[in-house]
Amino acid sequence: MNPASFSLTWRCLRVWKRDWLVNRQSWHISFLVPLLEPILYVAAFGVGFRALIPELQYRGETVSYVMFMAPALIATSIMYNAFFENTYSSFVRMYYQKTYDAIMATPLSVEEIITGEILWGATKSLLAATVMLVVLSLFGLIRYPDSLGILPLAFLGGLCFGSIGMAFTGVVKNIDMFNLPIFLLLTPMFLFSGTFFPIDTLPGWAQAVAWTLPLTHLVALARVMTFGVLTWQDALISGGYLLALTAVCFPLALMAMRRRLIK
Amino acid sequence: MANPEQSIPVVAAENLRKCYGSFVAVNDISFNVGRGELFGILGPNGAGKTSTIRMIYGFSPLSGGSLTVFGKNVTTDWRSIRARLGVCHQDNNLDTEMSVRQNLEVFGTFFGIPAPVARKRATDLLEFFGLAHREKARVGELSGGLMRRLVLARALINEPELLILDEPTTGLDPQSRQQLWEQLARLKKRGVTILLTTHYMEEAAQLCDRLIIIDRGRILVEGRPRDLVGEYVGNQVIESSPVCEGLREFVKARKLDHEDLGHRLLIYCKNDEALYREITGQYCQDNCILRMGTLEDVFLKLTGRELRE
Repeated sequence: MNPASFSLTWRCLRVWKRDWLVNRQSWHISFLVPLLEPILYVAAFGVGFRALIPELQYRGETVSYVMFMAPALIATSIMYNAFFENTYSSFVRMYYQKTYDAIMATPLSVEEIITGEILWGATKSLLAATVMLVVLSLFGLIRYPDSLGILPLAFLGGLCFGSIGMAFTGVVKNIDMFNLPIFLLLTPMFLFSGTFFPIDTLPGWAQAVAWTLPLTHLVALARVMTFGVLTWQDALISGGYLLALTAVCFPLALMAMRRRLIK
Repeated sequence: MANPEQSIPVVAAENLRKCYGSFVAVNDISFNVGRGELFGILGPNGAGKTSTIRMIYGFSPLSGGSLTVFGKNVTTDWRSIRARLGVCHQDNNLDTEMSVRQNLEVFGTFFGIPAPVARKRATDLLEFFGLAHREKARVGELSGGLMRRLVLARALINEPELLILDEPTTGLDPQSRQQLWEQLARLKKRGVTILLTTHYMEEAAQLCDRLIIIDRGRILVEGRPRDLVGEYVGNQVIESSPVCEGLREFVKARKLDHEDLGHRLLIYCKNDEALYREITGQYCQDNCILRMGTLEDVFLKLTGRELRE
């Protein structure tokens, strides 16, 4: 890093490559979760819930509950993968392994290290989404080719949640403090972002709150890509929201990490 | 043909300063490190050693003064400087998720070294540091000594012209320490400039061509280890412990250069065996030895004996 000024080049890919190499050694473990998770959910909600909620209306379409829930499953997985990678895993590399200290003695800047890490977080989201798409396809819950739009969406969502996670990594005092954003942000989003029930069923004020959450937009986009029709409105509002939030959180993450690492 | 870079100091610090808030860690220090030199920065804990070297490899911004490495400005040319540097940190900040060999090769990619070249260099380094038989091992399986060697090997993957070592032998057993010293001597022979921080005086005395002793952010002395010993403590030290009766009065009456530590009395002298015979004859039959002056004597005399931190 230039101690004084900001410097970001393609060299960040070298850090991404390091993460890729490390992950390749334990790929079977990283694949297990996105492989099994949708199967468990489909089994629980598809079989167990069917009696309670046979089907529901979403944007004028009648869909089974499992079909309604499947894209939300992918969306939450996109959120968790990048967020966990850029909080717990990045924190371990930064604080316990001191990997960043070592890399900062090579021709890489702090910005490049952190960007490489966020790109890797987004890659993990993309990989998880890919595995889940394949699994859910086997249950006939995915419609092609529209659903392929989920892949770039996964990467964008990964960048967004990874940047949010990395911003926290820049400020937390210890690794246990990540419980706070998880309990106060991620878990509420997981429950109230239109994941398990349509947002329209909420009272007006709660709907308004739900639409401020990034996961709501990710879920909405994933859903119209799997069984709805992607309108310009969706792309503009939800896509725009995710892009804008990434554009805000990514530099925030870089600034927080600069403050933390450059002494 | 004279290489113009040959005459430029590898590191040139002038009134170098580093503050953390109101705390001044490095207080206007100036020094040069010449090409091929093994230069030591000595000091007690918290003296400003690590702060100084962090500025040299462009990790910490300067708070004042100027600093060039290879004749280039560390603030603006940090990238090209770092490409020619090797840094061996105090912590074993190895990548525990990778094997010994991968640690070297992946570090090579951070420098933009093409994979086949990195592979070849890793092979050579593993050989040089006696790590070849453990190349597939996970870092976590290595002993402290092997880890240290790997950190040093990793710092050499870009064939640096300047190697910076921050307390390289802290926590090592005597065998591993000796071996590391030997490896440093071999590197020096190859023409690598080495900058070393340590608080092991024996290490500094053995390895360094030249050194500075710093304390509270300031340079106390600069020189060759042997010259410093001669100048500050004499070549010999008479040490009495416990202090013999009458010796204190004798030392004061004769106005000898000495240090009274309560239970121990040190008299600094220059090849004065007659004095030693006189003292042992008159005051102490036992409890008194004549020994060589060491860099440790210089260090303690200059930086004081109270505990730090």
